[in-house]
Amino acid sequence: MNEPVKNMRIILRVNGEAVEAEVPVRRNLVDFLRGDLGLTGSHVGCEHGVCGACTVVVDGAIMRGCLLLAVQADRCDIETIEGADESGRIAALQAAFHRRNALQCGFCTPAMLLTAAALLAQNGNPTRDEIRECLSGNFCRCTGYQAIVDAVAEVAEVVEAKA
Amino acid sequence: MKFQAPIGLSLPRDRAKRLLAGRGQFVDDIQLPRMLHLAFVRSPYPHARIAVIDAVEAAAMPGVVRIMTGADLAGVVSSWRGTHGLFPDMKAPEQTALATDTARWQGEAVVAVAARSRAEAEDATEQVIVDWEELPVLGDAQTALGDAAPSIHAELGGNLAFFAEIEQGDVETAFGDAHVVVERRFRFNRHTGVSLEPRGLIADYDPASHRLTVHQSHQTPHQQQDLYARLLNIPEQNVRVICPDVGGAFGLKHHLYADEMTAIAASKLLGRPVKYIADRLESFLGDIHCRDHTVTARMAFSAEGDILAIDIDDLFHAGAYSQYPRSSVAEGNQIIRLCGIPYRHEHYRAKVRMAYLNKSPLGHIRSVGHPIACAVTEHLVDLGAKRLGLDPIAVRRRAYLRDEDCPIVSPGGIALERPSFHGCLDRALERIDIDAFRAEQARLRERGVHRGIGFATFVDLTAIGPEYYGEGGQHISAQETCLLRLEASGGIRCYTGATDQGQGIDTGIQQVVAGIVGVPMDDVKVNSGDSELCPVGGGSWGSRGAALAGEAALRAGRKLRLNILNIAGVLLQKSANSLDIRGGSVVDAVSGATHMALSEVAEVGHFKPYTIPDGVAADLTVIGRYASRNRMFLPANGLHVAILDVDTDTGLVEFRRYLVVHDCGRILNPMLVDEQVRGGVVQGIGGALYEEFIYDDDGYLRNGTLADYLVPMAAEMPDIEVEHLQTPTTTSELGAKGVGEAGTTGAMGAVLNAVNDALSPFEFNLSEFPLTPPRILRTLGKI
Ligand code: FES
Ligand code: FES
Repeated sequence: MNEPVKNMRIILRVNGEAVEAEVPVRRNLVDFLRGDLGLTGSHVGCEHGVCGACTVVVDGAIMRGCLLLAVQADRCDIETIEGADESGRIAALQAAFHRRNALQCGFCTPAMLLTAAALLAQNGNPTRDEIRECLSGNFCRCTGYQAIVDAVAEVAEVVEAKA
Repeated sequence: MKFQAPIGLSLPRDRAKRLLAGRGQFVDDIQLPRMLHLAFVRSPYPHARIAVIDAVEAAAMPGVVRIMTGADLAGVVSSWRGTHGLFPDMKAPEQTALATDTARWQGEAVVAVAARSRAEAEDATEQVIVDWEELPVLGDAQTALGDAAPSIHAELGGNLAFFAEIEQGDVETAFGDAHVVVERRFRFNRHTGVSLEPRGLIADYDPASHRLTVHQSHQTPHQQQDLYARLLNIPEQNVRVICPDVGGAFGLKHHLYADEMTAIAASKLLGRPVKYIADRLESFLGDIHCRDHTVTARMAFSAEGDILAIDIDDLFHAGAYSQYPRSSVAEGNQIIRLCGIPYRHEHYRAKVRMAYLNKSPLGHIRSVGHPIACAVTEHLVDLGAKRLGLDPIAVRRRAYLRDEDCPIVSPGGIALERPSFHGCLDRALERIDIDAFRAEQARLRERGVHRGIGFATFVDLTAIGPEYYGEGGQHISAQETCLLRLEASGGIRCYTGATDQGQGIDTGIQQVVAGIVGVPMDDVKVNSGDSELCPVGGGSWGSRGAALAGEAALRAGRKLRLNILNIAGVLLQKSANSLDIRGGSVVDAVSGATHMALSEVAEVGHFKPYTIPDGVAADLTVIGRYASRNRMFLPANGLHVAILDVDTDTGLVEFRRYLVVHDCGRILNPMLVDEQVRGGVVQGIGGALYEEFIYDDDGYLRNGTLADYLVPMAAEMPDIEVEHLQTPTTTSELGAKGVGEAGTTGAMGAVLNAVNDALSPFEFNLSEFPLTPPRILRTLGKI
């Protein structure tokens, strides 16, 4: 019998930078981003796809970094909170979260921001219920969610007013 | 007294900016050179003897550095007992870092593997062979206290850990003479804090200097420093506990955990950094749980709705061990002290029993005992009003303690200063038109929509004073210290003994310092969460930050301000009294004309001290300390009102409105206080409707993942209206009381009463938490 493959070489883009790495095939994407690349802004809350803390953007769509293996991200374009922060694309959301205190411990926050940004990209003027629905895959133990909904709604209004 | 801005303003938090940029630093984000990772072999049985451990193959696995059993750690780390000196009759068993002969709960750590990576450590745990001999399982308190039950700790000679009874007045006669007596049995099932970031730490022992540094997701760095020093026999001045960003704590991170102690002992044994981060299953199995109480309660009423007597019987358990260092008595002890507290009543009896049994340890999670006391009391009031044919609001108004009754010591022994029960109710009824609600409720019922309203009044015991743990013999600081240092450039560094897991106490303290000294917010930088750098304090627990650390900051601020003005007075040849500090400058106190910048004062203080005459107090590093006296607690009070619909076909509950009126005295930052309340309410709703550990008859946990332990998510949660009264405490200058648990305290009671009100046409009476759809449908007789 052949020895099982333990490691694989992957090539991907992460936050705009080319990355080439040899990874154990069993390592999940969020562990790879955090441990191998030092992108510790993505968090791990459950490792079974429920809490949403590990949310990252893979080829433009938000995904759970704990449910993907790093090798599945081969040839993908990944964006993490670090990239979204540096590019300025979520600056309005970050500012609204800050003003409205839409975070307490901040552990859920990077994922909340990426999820909210994905919602606003699809629907510039969501209702409060739609915002709540969209965020309902992201667990936050601290805030009770209302401030997060307020912050997203505030940004949506601004986006709407400009459009 | 009036305090100047920014005290009292809704300002956002500095720390939030970092977290929003993904630049937080949580403990699992830290990597140290030569760091090892720890994974555990945990008992798969709720109760089993550990016969033989064979780790030969596991030790040869790739990356494995050391495999440790209880015997290996026996000489490295001492054992402990979760006793409490205020309760001398309480019994607590000896606990060790790793279980040695017997595992007493499913998930108890038995073997630890240190390896190069977590994955390799976990691989090796699977190859450790343990020969278990299963033992009989005690899964509930009633059975554990039965005559036939074997002692799970032979050394204690029985499973009764604690018994207490309070009695005042003539309870039996009062019940005998009552017009109406209501009685109910309540079940509060088990849940926990579920911080999104699990527990975790990196222990870094350096044998060359005999120094231990622990980076830990924790609420109480100074408490841990003391424990690690004593249990590992390291001089305390060589132990440093650093709490980086902490991803939620809620009480579950202010204890000593056996698995965490194992990781620290492993670092001492190996002389290398060791990281242990609990995964979600380990969190559910091993984090401190709360509730799991059965309360049988009676309340006696006069025909007019006066409360004549209350009788409470609480049965609960500590799990297999009493939590350390605080012990597990408090939840039951709070219940017997708090039931009935908002109301005038003379005859009171309450007893509590705590057992040991084969489940994970149970203890302090946000709002210890309070939600239970509140739900029991407030549901009995509703039941009594219903039996008497009276409006439950009218009964509350009649029976609440009035201003003229206070100050008072309650039958449960709690000293109340000036509670504002009537004011809170008045404010709630300004917001909610109760007549309109009742009319709408009747209209909706005709259409088959079942809407209910529930009120829950409570007292929250905040800011525990030093007497509680001081007299208990525990090394837990209930005083607070604040150190301020004016830098040569005029900015202020602030170090506090409180810690911030997101509540925003750092910002509250920053506001106090800025307001008292007279400088802009940006000129003050607050540092916390480091047992070496920060002056001694208790960290964060029990709604204490603003009341205690805020007062210490006020005192430090006053000293610094005075010394700055002393120096300025010398430089300006004016009396310090004629000067003030505003906007970061020394000004004339009367005209407000600017004299000099703080940096000019600081420059003299730092570099030209010879220009200041002897005897002028001119220290630019000052300490303020606050320890309350002669009070165990600082009671705050509040009221929750829930309005919700119950679907009688599905048993689902949908919120329509949720209102909290709270009185925490002076508010440092209204926005942050409101958000504390909202987060607390949602956590309380979790316990009311969703969260519950489910065990089978053999004592095995059935729901150890976030997929089947339900937590509140955004879609089901209501917007929460928050109102405040501000009755400052007279025991401190700042006048702040605590608020961190107020949201959680009233939620179970309000939801319970609202659900029962919604379904009152069905003679519905449910008093088992959480109020899940199956329980609601069963009570309706639909399933
Ligand atoms: S860590 Fe991926 S969803 Fe929880
Ligand atoms: S802010 Fe703590 S989990 Fe959301």
